Amino acid sequence: MHPITTFSAQIVALPVENIDTDQIVPARYLKTTNKVGLGDAAFADWRWNSDGTPKPDFVLNRPDVQNAQILVAGNNFGCGSSREHAPWALTGAGFKAVISTFFGDIFRSNALKNGLLPIVVDEDTLYQLFSLFEEDPATVVTIDLPNQQLVLPGGQRVGFPLDPFAKHCLINGVDQMGFLLHEDSMIAAYEARHPARVQTV
Amino acid sequence: MPIPRTLFEKIWDSHTVRPQTEATPAVLYIDLHLIHEVTSPQAFTELRARGIAARRPSQTLATMDHSTPTTPRNNLGVIPVIDAQGAAQLAQLEQNCQDFGIPLFKLGSENQGIVHVIGPEQGLTQPGMTIVCGDSHTSTHGAFGALAFGIGTSEVAHVLATQCLLQSKPKTMEIRVDGQLGRGVTAKDIILAIIAKIGVGGGTGYVFEYTGEAIRALSMEQRMTICNMSIEGGARAGLIAPDETTIAYIKGRPRAPQGQAWDEAVAYWQSLPSDHGATYDATVVLNANELRPMITYGTNPGMGIPIDGRVPTVAQMPDASQRLGLEKSLKYMGLEQGQPLLGQKINMVFVGSCTNSRISDLREAAALIKGQQVAPGVRMMVVPGSQQVKRQAEAEGLHEIFRAAGAEWREAGCSACLAMNGDMVPSGEYCVSTSNRNFEGRQGPGSRTFLASPITAVASAINGVVADPREMLN
Repeated sequence: MHPITTFSAQIVALPVENIDTDQIVPARYLKTTNKVGLGDAAFADWRWNSDGTPKPDFVLNRPDVQNAQILVAGNNFGCGSSREHAPWALTGAGFKAVISTFFGDIFRSNALKNGLLPIVVDEDTLYQLFSLFEEDPATVVTIDLPNQQLVLPGGQRVGFPLDPFAKHCLINGVDQMGFLLHEDSMIAAYEARHPARVQTV
Repeated sequence: MPIPRTLFEKIWDSHTVRPQTEATPAVLYIDLHLIHEVTSPQAFTELRARGIAARRPSQTLATMDHSTPTTPRNNLGVIPVIDAQGAAQLAQLEQNCQDFGIPLFKLGSENQGIVHVIGPEQGLTQPGMTIVCGDSHTSTHGAFGALAFGIGTSEVAHVLATQCLLQSKPKTMEIRVDGQLGRGVTAKDIILAIIAKIGVGGGTGYVFEYTGEAIRALSMEQRMTICNMSIEGGARAGLIAPDETTIAYIKGRPRAPQGQAWDEAVAYWQSLPSDHGATYDATVVLNANELRPMITYGTNPGMGIPIDGRVPTVAQMPDASQRLGLEKSLKYMGLEQGQPLLGQKINMVFVGSCTNSRISDLREAAALIKGQQVAPGVRMMVVPGSQQVKRQAEAEGLHEIFRAAGAEWREAGCSACLAMNGDMVPSGEYCVSTSNRNFEGRQGPGSRTFLASPITAVASAINGVVADPREMLN
């Protein structure tokens, strides 16, 4: 995974609560056996007509947000299914971060493993971001990961929580699989003390 | 005196390979890893890229369920897969299982079925275990007092490679259901009422433990229905303490412990229930006596009402964002605020999914539809949860009852719950579904879902409109 530290990007607001992973990527796109190529599947049913033409009133189809890399969404983004295709589709569509008041637990975990930042802010900040986007769709914010701060256009800094281990992995580009593989001797010791409870073979 | 612990804490502690610290999450050992065709291919790709084997194939089991057709078998007894992408995904799972030595229940084979139906059926799901699967409804297995939760594909690779996961300890929430259920009110109605009360984000960051008289009175299959939808309340896992009902269900199943190992296992299981004095981070209480059959009207499982209630009005919503959410949902659903759902015309009924496709669900549905007819213009699909459920139902003649009523009797799989396999609700049409999600497009693009119990689904199928099952149970 590539290390992530501080970056600035245009925001796009999707002020809808409880956006579930079936909206982020509908199940019919889950027949792929790859991680790549899911960008067009992101929000497919909101974004495309059944004939494949774009729905002009959906915000992500607006010409002035095509470079947006930070999605600002209503409460409880990413609830529902465990599909990691959701962060794959969002990163495929060019997003580096999603800002909301809280996230579905599995989505948050999946996002962090794919370098997609789930940034938690309070409701006032969320509404401030919605307003900023409404007033100026070109609004750019900065995400300062080492300091765990979101920097708004006027220079206002808003802190956000982040699990220290996730932060360490993101900043240093550490992959969690490598970390777990290093625990091999502890795992073996555990297995020696705890015989398998079931046999599937 | 040892500190009193909850059921969850006992399982967490006994599976901690390395404890959580300020800087790192816990390394948690996984006893059983279930996999299916949709969320595993990229995980195997990662193992191949790193040149590593599966650490414990004998603690791993694969099945085919999500993208499998449920159409009848051909003359050779084979279920044909027409969809090329689905077929490729199934073929890849077979190859992956072969290459990594993982046992697989192939499409149409005698034990194949929905991943959350087959684990318990085989006796693999046991109290005190940690169980994961790349599927959010893994919470189902919590009905046995196991810590079971859904994981992403990166984590599927972690478990394949190390049999472990990096996890931060979640908070605990007790959901106590006192009292007794009335006639026509089921486990599905309990869980829909819980989610309506706490909302779809109410359990985020928590593991649920369901307690109380009404929970203790449930069968294992009913408990699975409850735990299955923990994720719809935002919780990754939901547990019910093991008791005599649990032990009786497991005894004699193919993968259950035998002989002395059985006695030892039972003694261990009996040590698992939460200690007297153990505390939870939050508690929610419901009274089963007050519950009525529940149905959803909107586009998330928290948008549920008693079946004889009315859709809320925008003015009743506490804040602007919920007002917008309700308006958006009702527009999608083609419903009016304040309207009753009873009498709402429907086009389809789906009885199936990991929530409600077990033999007791099919028995209840069959008992109600026996001698009746599915209303003209309504399509009713009955999809058993596994090949074993299908065989049992056929041995009892349930399939003949469904067919005589005009319903379709199909092969086992996830089917129209998520519409990956061609079984879907046409755009704009209404389906009363025993599944777990009513999200926009969940049952096919433009589909409109009313979530309900199997008996509410059957009552609605017979009447051609949303109907109250209590009126048919005389």
